[in-house]
Amino acid sequence: MTTPDPRTELLPPYARALDMTIAGLHNGAPLIEMPFANKVQGRPGFLHGGAISGLLEMAAVAAIQHALHERGDEATFKQVNVTIDFMRGGTPQPTYAVGEVTRLGRTMANVEARAWQDDPAKPITIAYLHYLLKRN
Amino acid sequence: MSDKTIAELAAEYGGFDPRIAMGFMGKAGHGGFLGMDYADHGEDWVELSVDWREDLVGNPDTGVLASAVVISLMDNATSMAIWTRLQEFRPQVTMDLRVDYLRPSPKGARVYGRGYCYHLSHSIGFVRGVAHNGDLDEPLAHVSGTFIRVGDRIA
Repeated sequence: MTTPDPRTELLPPYARALDMTIAGLHNGAPLIEMPFANKVQGRPGFLHGGAISGLLEMAAVAAIQHALHERGDEATFKQVNVTIDFMRGGTPQPTYAVGEVTRLGRTMANVEARAWQDDPAKPITIAYLHYLLKRN
Repeated sequence: MSDKTIAELAAEYGGFDPRIAMGFMGKAGHGGFLGMDYADHGEDWVELSVDWREDLVGNPDTGVLASAVVISLMDNATSMAIWTRLQEFRPQVTMDLRVDYLRPSPKGARVYGRGYCYHLSHSIGFVRGVAHNGDLDEPLAHVSGTFIRVGDRIA
């Protein structure tokens, strides 16, 4: 879609192994792109749900980091749980994901991450994630 | 993996055998990338495993695996638990999954995912599961979810 953001290098090994890149900002949060490949395929011709979940996890982490940075907050965070709704099959084309920090409190953060292919209004998968925030 | 091949194998073996299915499913696609292996199974459960690997790390500071590795593992284990309970392969897709992370999986440790199918309705498979590092009594994550069967019976 666009030239990868140099911050792609900040993505963890898991994201780099699946060739995820930061493709820019979407609604003020990092947009993560994942190309289709055999290594993210489940049943033939479709993305594996776990790989889509991985993309959503990376988008959620990037969104929290971005939100904490924006308010000058040095808190660290730990994922507590996730609920994932698989709504449409992922087909052989690039997939995009972005996280929305719906609440950034003192002790926890709620994040909703959405993945889509052709149309951001037609998500293929949505994840709802809870994070525990820690301050030294 | 090829749906047709699983169906053919299921017919050939008179049921669904997760050990045989993992012999080739485990080598293809995302499961192959993760190096997913068959560990064990019972009448309504299947256990798979993934070894710790540097390129699967989600937090480079701690060496902890990306939590989505556990999701992929549990997705496959619970999905196969349904076919194992049914004793046949039927096409199905994951409707939803919830994962509670009780603790991180330590750097270097193999992760096991045991998926159970605890109920089957006409079109929905209800599943739960536990991820651990070799001792089922020391879980690292609990999972629950549903699958919906699509298309016609194959086997």
